[in-house]
Amino acid sequence: MRDPTGSVWRMAQTLSRGPVTGTAKPAGKRKPFLLDLYSTAVGKKYVMAITGILMILFVVGHMIGNLKMYQGVDADGVYAIDHYGEFLRELLYPLLPKYGALWIMRVGLIVTILLHIHAAYGLTVINRKARPVKYQSPRDYQIASFASRSMRWTGVIVLAFILWHLADLTFGWVNPDFEYGEVYRNIDATLSRWPVAIFYIVANVLLGIHLFHGTWSLFQSMGWNNPRFNPWRRWLAAGVATVIVVGNVSFPIAVLAGIVEHPGVS
Amino acid sequence: MTTTLTNLTLKIWRQDGPGDAGRFETYQIPEISDEASFLEMLDVLNERLIGEGTEPVTFDHDCREGICGTCSLMIDGQAHGPQRGTATCQLHMRKFQSGDTIVIEPWRASAFPIIKDLMVDRSAFDRIVEAGGYISADTGGAPDANLIPIPKPVADAAMDAAACIGCGACVAACPNGAANLFTAAKVTHLNLLPQGQAERFKRVEAMVETMDEYFGSCTNHGECEAACPKEISIDVIALMNADYRKAKFKNRKALSRI
Repeated sequence: MRDPTGSVWRMAQTLSRGPVTGTAKPAGKRKPFLLDLYSTAVGKKYVMAITGILMILFVVGHMIGNLKMYQGVDADGVYAIDHYGEFLRELLYPLLPKYGALWIMRVGLIVTILLHIHAAYGLTVINRKARPVKYQSPRDYQIASFASRSMRWTGVIVLAFILWHLADLTFGWVNPDFEYGEVYRNIDATLSRWPVAIFYIVANVLLGIHLFHGTWSLFQSMGWNNPRFNPWRRWLAAGVATVIVVGNVSFPIAVLAGIVEHPGVS
Repeated sequence: MTTTLTNLTLKIWRQDGPGDAGRFETYQIPEISDEASFLEMLDVLNERLIGEGTEPVTFDHDCREGICGTCSLMIDGQAHGPQRGTATCQLHMRKFQSGDTIVIEPWRASAFPIIKDLMVDRSAFDRIVEAGGYISADTGGAPDANLIPIPKPVADAAMDAAACIGCGACVAACPNGAANLFTAAKVTHLNLLPQGQAERFKRVEAMVETMDEYFGSCTNHGECEAACPKEISIDVIALMNADYRKAKFKNRKALSRI
């Protein structure tokens, strides 16, 4: 069939891709197994989910560790959170050298976050290609939440926050009163500044929004689906997001309110 | 009781052919019965356009009773319009009010090229079904009905997935232009049943990878489920994702034995 302009219509095709086999392709013609799996959109979603789980575990652990700042000073006159920092640096010592376990975890986290970003980028490219011409009239979304539709933005802003956070409290580049190893002092020094405190609060609220969709979504992506437990997935997502936001937002507020205050910081 | 809607304004996407840029054109419907279906309203418009000697609006339609999956239309930003669980053919004008402006657009996805006006080519769905959306049955004497026992809940779940009419609303509604709900429905209704087990894993692998060639990826918004005229749950997508994961490992093992 031809339309009036002369181009061939693609209607009424019965076969366009050669013989239909419906079989798995022989192993020899494929990429290495994991790369082959990663090359598909569903495979990238598995990577998003698994790296997401690892980062959720990290971020919960990180928040719980930071709660030590409310413990104040230990019996030996050193801040509890400074002890905790020392503990992380000497984790598994002398089985591993000092900083050994810490760097294993750091490298693991860096690889995890790079994979999460790479898969997200790949999926975004796929999705842009799938609808090159947008709807020309406004969409009326029914159940897609703000969280699910803003994942890319919340993700990018949280990434920017993480980089700032490292420059602030790990390297001390943007911290005016940084003393290596004095965790309590450094926290007070940086979060006493209003704009920084507000940045921390906003970033952590966005992180919570990101986690609210991510925690629910990872069950779908991995295919962990059981009608008996499905309603719990939303509650788990809300729980993770709430715990992270409440815990992490409490730190800048505590500093501004003077609950966390180091005598050496003006 | 029948009432008549008056003064409707339609903004309809007109596109002369696949390569044309396309534009919205505005039409007035002075009056229409609220018992008219949405497609009948378009029929009335087309009768008038033909009478005026202008080109009628091209749109897909066939059975007009919600079972063939031919009709489409993005109506006011919603696939199949504002009514839940129905295709456009079962949407009636009583869902609208006098004086409304209704915007009508075709499905938009790179896998669904526009043929003309509101009509799109959905043959990418056929490619997915060809890849594995069937069972291979040996020919011979017809077996007795109900020869293979199937637990009732399994049969029900398979039937829910098999309700998919392949209209493409899931792709149209998906912010990513993904066809995961369609593919998952087709995978699930066969993969749950005993007849589908022999080809279960090669089916899901072939269908998911064919889907990948045409469509976007699922980010679990859930818009597809809301748009689906058969209200198929996104639980089938989770089932497909789980089967695909299993298939990749099982098929790899199976192929390594050759």
